Amino acid sequence: MCQAQEQYGGCGWPQGRPRVGCAQKCMKCKEASPVLVIRVGDAFCKACFREYFVHKFRAMLGKNRAIYPGEKVLLALSGGPASSSMLRQVQEGLSRETAKKLRFIPGIIYIDEGAVCGQSLAERAETLLQMETILQASGFPYHLAHLEEVFDLPSSILQHVPHNPAGPKNSYKEAVEGFIRQQRQEEGGGPPLPERHIQEKLAEFCMQDVPRTEGLATVQTEQLIQLFGSVKTLTAKEELLQTLRNHLILHTARAQGYSKVMMGDSCTRLAVKLLTNLSLGRGASLAMDTGFSDDRHGDVVVVRPMREYAAKEIAFYNHLFGVPTVFTPALDTKALEKASIHRVIERFLYGLQAEFPSTVSTVYRTGEKLSATPGDAGLAPGAAEPERCLLCSCALDTNVEDGSALQAILVSEQLSQQRLPAASPAGRGCCQGAEEQRGCCTNTTAPGADARADFLPLLCYGCRLTIKDMTCLESLPLYVRSEAERRKRRALMKLEIQEFLLEDEAVNPGES
Amino acid sequence: MAAPMSLLVEFGGGAELLFDGIKKHQVTLPCQPEPWDIRNLLKWIKQNLLKERPELFIQGDTVRPGILVLINDADWELMGELDYKLQDQDNVVFISTLHGG
Repeated sequence: MCQAQEQYGGCGWPQGRPRVGCAQKCMKCKEASPVLVIRVGDAFCKACFREYFVHKFRAMLGKNRAIYPGEKVLLALSGGPASSSMLRQVQEGLSRETAKKLRFIPGIIYIDEGAVCGQSLAERAETLLQMETILQASGFPYHLAHLEEVFDLPSSILQHVPHNPAGPKNSYKEAVEGFIRQQRQEEGGGPPLPERHIQEKLAEFCMQDVPRTEGLATVQTEQLIQLFGSVKTLTAKEELLQTLRNHLILHTARAQGYSKVMMGDSCTRLAVKLLTNLSLGRGASLAMDTGFSDDRHGDVVVVRPMREYAAKEIAFYNHLFGVPTVFTPALDTKALEKASIHRVIERFLYGLQAEFPSTVSTVYRTGEKLSATPGDAGLAPGAAEPERCLLCSCALDTNVEDGSALQAILVSEQLSQQRLPAASPAGRGCCQGAEEQRGCCTNTTAPGADARADFLPLLCYGCRLTIKDMTCLESLPLYVRSEAERRKRRALMKLEIQEFLLEDEAVNPGES
Repeated sequence: MAAPMSLLVEFGGGAELLFDGIKKHQVTLPCQPEPWDIRNLLKWIKQNLLKERPELFIQGDTVRPGILVLINDADWELMGELDYKLQDQDNVVFISTLHGG
């Protein structure tokens, strides 16, 4: 780690990239001839690169101490390079000798997003087949899900479930020791471990019967296509897809009793995500969106163990060591350079990186210094839960004091909306006050506007922008709409009974 | 005068989509006055193999940032990048690390 810092402290200033000669030897073993350049001037041979790569994964998990022994961990596999390489690292870690062994219980989830990424049913079946081969070869229990299944999600998925404090009470070290002791006992007294494997296998078979392309309800595919069709921009589509995907993963994790989810975001991807989210108005939740561990859902924690690997290292590792990957087109495949904010930022960063090779790591390390907002991290046990965004489950960043940028945007929005009825001759009569205008004019101009006005306050700023790019909210999955309804009713009820609510200290004697 | 040579050119990480989805191409480069290097190879690929949207693969006289080049399973940065002189039976791999290929 410190090595990395020394490295880029010393790297040259904009005079073009220093070239590395072919004659150079591996910087680690100083013997073998190198096969790739990781950072400027650091050439590794194949064997040393492998060691470096494998060590980094274990170091990441060891340093953060986020995953407890015996914990069930769900690996989110997309078939892409980073998550596939993550799967290989987990396999590698579990097959090690006892002292260095990873001690968690992995499972895998793959989500088929073919419906929104323009794949035909035949193509989706083909991809699914390829994925299944990889999943079966891994030997871990796995879950296949289709993005269509978001329409069957319960609305409880949007609720924050406080973490069960029983687990992390004792220290990490104690937990590890306890686990080893228990394992030894088990080894002595019969074979309960294989039994557990059998149970897992059984569970996995039950899971597999359900989601198949043939059995897939076409109605839901239609619904899904309609939903994405109602989104006007590619930027908002990307965000929506990410939200729905996360909900589906979370649902599987909760239903199957996984307490951690591993995502394969690489350093390069996180650097892109950092700048993208900043541009999308998601600055308040950057630490959650890009940090190592993300506990926004409470009970299920998302971790990102691949965050120290550059995309280049991952691609080389996969190529050199034959890690199977499956390429599936994404939303932005073959899209224009400026089709979405994600795309523009990616191009910007990669463009800079080509000239100045420490760009990505600098952006990434800057992001690393961000931490969750103090209100979130140091929440006193008795304090009220912060209000959370309906879609992304981050703490709302919209209840800010006067004079903020958000307030300024809202005011200017209101002002520009008020001009509309003035322009139409008929509108004049009914709209006197701003309050009335809401009731009558907006209703006549756009029927969905009212529902939208109710919906927006439940969202953080970034998700508001996404929803504003949708033409109709009716195509949103039921679980989102019903949860919105529930929160709205609660807020309304709270408002109604406000004056009867007991304040902290004493009952108001005047009321009874 | 460079003699005709045969190469194995591969595309991965989504770059293959621009080449009819075919990952491996066994190609034979024709004779030409100057020796074949990667710079020439890229021009040749653009004219002969690339099926659509050249700007998603080539930028200026080099590959688009985010596309890795491996020559005989080694980083092209170690081999002199565009100036590498190709040999008969070389294996050149292009891997896209960009989102969505």
